[in-house]
Amino acid sequence: MHFDLNDDQRQIQRTARELLSTRSSFERVRRAAEHGRYDEELWRELCELGWPGTAIDEAHGGQGLGMVELAVLLEELGYAVAATPFLGSVLAALAIQAAGSEAQRERWVPGLAAGQLRGALGVLSDGVAELVPDAAGADVVVLADPASGRATVLSGDAVEPVEAIDPTRRYGHVRAGGEGEQLENGAAAGVDRALVAASAELLGVAQRALDMTVAYVKERKQFGVPVGSFQAVQHRAAQMLLDAEGGRGAVYYAAWAAGAAPERLEEAASMAKAWTSQAAKSTTAAAIQLHGGIGFTWEADVHWLFKRAQLGARFLGGAGVHHLRLAQAAARRPAHALG
Amino acid sequence: MDLSFTEEEAGFRDEFRAWLAENPPGEAPGTPDEHFEWARGWQRRLHEGGWAGVHWPAEYGGRGATLTQTAIFFEELGRAHAPLPANTLGLLLGGPTLMVWGTPAQKERWLPPILSGEEIWCQGFSEPEAGSDLAALGTRAVKHGEEWVVTGQKVWTSAAQHSKWCMLVARTDTEVPKHKGLTYFLMDMEQEGVQVRPLVQITGDPEFNELFLEEARIADANVVGGVGNGWKVALTTLMNERAGLGFFLQVRLRQLLDRLIDAALGNGRFDDPRVAEKLGMLHARTEVLRFLAYRGLTATEKYGQPGPEGSLVKLLWSETNQMLTELTPEIVGAESLTAGTRWGYELLRARGNTIEGGTSEIMRNIVAERVLGMPRAGR
Repeated sequence: MHFDLNDDQRQIQRTARELLSTRSSFERVRRAAEHGRYDEELWRELCELGWPGTAIDEAHGGQGLGMVELAVLLEELGYAVAATPFLGSVLAALAIQAAGSEAQRERWVPGLAAGQLRGALGVLSDGVAELVPDAAGADVVVLADPASGRATVLSGDAVEPVEAIDPTRRYGHVRAGGEGEQLENGAAAGVDRALVAASAELLGVAQRALDMTVAYVKERKQFGVPVGSFQAVQHRAAQMLLDAEGGRGAVYYAAWAAGAAPERLEEAASMAKAWTSQAAKSTTAAAIQLHGGIGFTWEADVHWLFKRAQLGARFLGGAGVHHLRLAQAAARRPAHALG
Repeated sequence: MDLSFTEEEAGFRDEFRAWLAENPPGEAPGTPDEHFEWARGWQRRLHEGGWAGVHWPAEYGGRGATLTQTAIFFEELGRAHAPLPANTLGLLLGGPTLMVWGTPAQKERWLPPILSGEEIWCQGFSEPEAGSDLAALGTRAVKHGEEWVVTGQKVWTSAAQHSKWCMLVARTDTEVPKHKGLTYFLMDMEQEGVQVRPLVQITGDPEFNELFLEEARIADANVVGGVGNGWKVALTTLMNERAGLGFFLQVRLRQLLDRLIDAALGNGRFDDPRVAEKLGMLHARTEVLRFLAYRGLTATEKYGQPGPEGSLVKLLWSETNQMLTELTPEIVGAESLTAGTRWGYELLRARGNTIEGGTSEIMRNIVAERVLGMPRAGR
């Protein structure tokens, strides 16, 4: 039992953190967001580094690594609030890789892995998948229908772009009934992986909210002392850490299960999404609160995190939806999470 | 990242499981005293089977189990509905503290009867005026010749009425700053100067005791770690407090939740989505607790000793147990509010969880200051 990243995974994490600290600084995030577009330069760079193909087979142009390595990158991209179509493209590629026929994989996965195609993945609810991240501008949209268990690959024409409160990425509604091609093996495996990936990104958002807040309250002085010496502030920060650390456990357990214990993936993925949806919302709200007045301003940057968290928490279902799924799982059999 | 047990870990688990299957602990008896005798007999059997003190090094009669194996031991113990061994405080706290600070003679005298359960240990740290602020304790020890004379009061002392030895921290020097004037003693409980009075809790059970010390005597040979060094020695004890126990408590929480889910399935309350959602939330929290505990183990194995991250586990466990028990009236109904029922007991007992072993408020202070590096709070 080793519940931590190994040396190679740590190296990936360090490299990603370093790269994104300069290439996806808040200045760059702000510039992209204020212009309502992606940071194309950053996206090109990530594609050249092969990031979108991290968890894609080498046979389909990927790096052949696992969900843990992908989760590491997504955590860092969430941490940086990077304005790229990374998440959607990766979700589409993973879903097609998991459930497509060989011909379907050949057709879409290499392009998505290389960044030549942009993708998105949405799950239908009442005939529409709302606010699908990276859907506006996508070439390929995987639309999963939980009612039938099927997934369909649509062209980007099916997307109705929406300007969401999170301007760091392009969202869209996708309606059922468009012309598309059904994936051979259904939707479940792709959706479970998408849950893990989205959770990893939310974990990064939560961690950034915590780090920014702790740094701020150590510096900011009132009554002659740092506000971080006040217990009311400390206790909220401690809760943020519990939110983030719990999410880290749940996300990496699920990412590990995707490769090593697929029979546990469905439950683990719901657990990760339930926890991180709540955690990202509460940590980013706390970040604004603990920054005080400045935290409510456009220039303070914590709002990018709060906005990401709101959209990310709702995507593929939030805590409520997944707690219900988890109750069903718990009722079916005793938990056997580790070991 | 590898979340499966190694062959060695799985082998350890299977071996202990097999032993438990052949040596079932039996049903828990009703009264607290009977329960204690049950736990004492249980420790004897564990000891005979070579399963007491699994985490103790082989040279002291243990199995030299790794941290993960120790976690597995406590998980399996919980899973088998076995009690904690009667001398858990000796096994988890007293023994390991002596291994670090004790002289060879002290180890030889005290370790074997801890392991066998022949001598029961209790912990005399907290006082009425020194709870979270432990270093403010006022029990005085004054040296007279070759022995120390101790006067003062301790509180929250579990198993004191059954104990032979008490890990006692007392003030031996009032002239120095509060952390520096403390000394750690092993006090014989069987003497005139020690009076034990049961402390009845909100459950109606006397799980803890008050300890009144009126010129109690302690031989100088029973000082652990040197005079004036008591704070450091006490910290060793406290560091060990949350190590293995967390896994046992986590399994107990799991079992209680499974019972609650079964109850909800049985009486149809599960079909109410508001109830199911809460059960799903408790399920997630219980699993995440386990992830955090194992992540803590990995970190401990890497850095050598348990870190303050254990405070997160304690926070999450205690608050989840309270949430769970607070949900029972909604699911189980009147029975959970009826005196003498298991659910009624659990509901009341859970209130202590966010106080014992460090209040949630202190845990949050510790997390903020030691993990997040925030400036020390004005208390």
